[in-house]
Amino acid sequence: MGQITLKGVTKRFGEVEVIPPIDLHIKDGEFVVFVGPSGCGKSTLLRLIAGLEDVSEGVVEIDGREATQAAPAERGLAMVFQSYALYPHMSVKKNIAFPLKMAKLPAQEIEAKVQAAAKVLNLGNYLDRRPGQLSGGQRQRVAIGRAIVREPAAFLFDEPLSNLDAALRVNMRLEISELHQSLKTTMIYVTHDQVEAMTMADKIVVLQAGRIEQVGSPLELYRSPRNRFVAGFIGSPKMNFIEGAEAAKHGAQTIGIRPEHIKVSTSEGAWKGTVGVSEHLGSDTFLHVTTEHGVLNVRAGGEVDLHHGDTVFLSPDPAQLHRFDQQGWALT
Amino acid sequence: MARAISPRRKALVTVIAWTIGLAIFFPILWTAILSFKSEGNAIASPLTVLSTPFTFESYETVQERSNYFGHFWNSVVISLGSTLLALLVAIPAAWAMAFVPGKRTKDLLLWMLSTKMMPAVGVLVPIYLIFRDLGLLDTRTGLVVVLMLMNLPIVVWMLYTYFREIPGEILEAARMDGATLKDELIYVLTPMAVPGIASTLLLNIILAWNEAFWTLNLTAAKAAPLTAFIASYSSPEGLFYAKLSAASTLAIAPILILGWFSQKQLVRGLTFGAVK
Repeated sequence: MGQITLKGVTKRFGEVEVIPPIDLHIKDGEFVVFVGPSGCGKSTLLRLIAGLEDVSEGVVEIDGREATQAAPAERGLAMVFQSYALYPHMSVKKNIAFPLKMAKLPAQEIEAKVQAAAKVLNLGNYLDRRPGQLSGGQRQRVAIGRAIVREPAAFLFDEPLSNLDAALRVNMRLEISELHQSLKTTMIYVTHDQVEAMTMADKIVVLQAGRIEQVGSPLELYRSPRNRFVAGFIGSPKMNFIEGAEAAKHGAQTIGIRPEHIKVSTSEGAWKGTVGVSEHLGSDTFLHVTTEHGVLNVRAGGEVDLHHGDTVFLSPDPAQLHRFDQQGWALT
Repeated sequence: MARAISPRRKALVTVIAWTIGLAIFFPILWTAILSFKSEGNAIASPLTVLSTPFTFESYETVQERSNYFGHFWNSVVISLGSTLLALLVAIPAAWAMAFVPGKRTKDLLLWMLSTKMMPAVGVLVPIYLIFRDLGLLDTRTGLVVVLMLMNLPIVVWMLYTYFREIPGEILEAARMDGATLKDELIYVLTPMAVPGIASTLLLNIILAWNEAFWTLNLTAAKAAPLTAFIASYSSPEGLFYAKLSAASTLAIAPILILGWFSQKQLVRGLTFGAVK
């Protein structure tokens, strides 16, 4: 079981309130991603759940039991760190066995569990190596191995993929998702990468300046962002925002339209513009079009033959238009 | 591209380096040479000393006159004992300062170091009186304690510097893995800091081995280490260069050998963390 509930959890460093009171409920077996720009407090929030930071106010409940004052180890959670935090002086085997040794399990049981974890993570051939002799991806697997042997109530991941190269990151993303499918254990995953958030999460928690901006499934956040910040943060490339007269026409302070919801035509459309940079990816083409409303990012089909200086007409899909008021809240 | 160094420049640097090295080593070499001369030849002019015959005379006299192994054993007990005791106190202290620093940690560290800025003789009388009242004068226990206290600031400072190089996330990982504070120190921090701890240990043994002020003032006969043994040859009886040299050579030989075999560890420890 791995239900986690935060009730009015607050964190202050001296006078500075880095996390204003937060309420959040994480269901058993859920894959929850905390996402936000750097410095938004997402790692601090994770560390408060882990017990590595003391909560200034509020209550942390794990499986219905209050755990606010419990030591990290007593919470039954396992954590994978950004730097992997492997023990450099121990072999892979000893690294994975460490939490079991601390739990004073009999040697035979430890051996069996380490072997099982190594099998799941394809680490069988590396058990006698030191972390220093492994590649980044392998180290990451060892860190995950060390987490899964404990059979924790929940896994906490703190930007685990940010030290890997792009190709490996995609692989590990899949592996972690598969691991979640097979273990069905609660996972809380911190990242600043909204692509990771969108692809992995059951539920995304968007944070800014310590505040929860919105909680919802990836598609909920994509379809109905609660405010301008979430609208701009979720989705890649970013949503275009237009202010002024054009927005006023729709009865809003600002309107937002995603690059994929703009139709491009060479003959007719709502907004006339000139193509600046065009990025041909094969599957898609991203056009940066200069219009009277500013530079708009547009996603066109893969084999669109448009280049620098071409004149195009853009038409936003009216059903996909987002409207925001002066405070940046979404208008419905 | 590697930086180009002309052969002439290289030769010049080599010559300078050797000159400095030999100049530093010369007193030890000269002491060793004099120890193999007769007392009469030892005070001859430096150039003629080399041509005089070698003899073990001084070593024999020194052996007859004093109990070298007794002093040697005292030195071993005092330097090792004070070092191990210092580590026992300093490892937890440095852990606390490096990983859970408070507002005053920096001040505390400076204050500890400041105790080294006072001449030792300034506290000789109180310490002497305390030792007398506690019956610690001329005991190895007393010297172990006093040398431990003298070197503690340096030991804490060195360990603090090494510990700060260890990423805090690893200790947090240990905490998540269920390690208690004791487990964290024993299984994670200490093994990871082995190079640093080893060089601290070696340096402290060397410092304690050569410490002369306290060992001379707080011992008489029973607990006197090798420093007192050397000093006994530069006594009012007059200067006996050859015997003094023989005693010095005997006293520094063990620590020189230890230093020689552990130089890799020493250098590695002293530059620990400099290159990542």
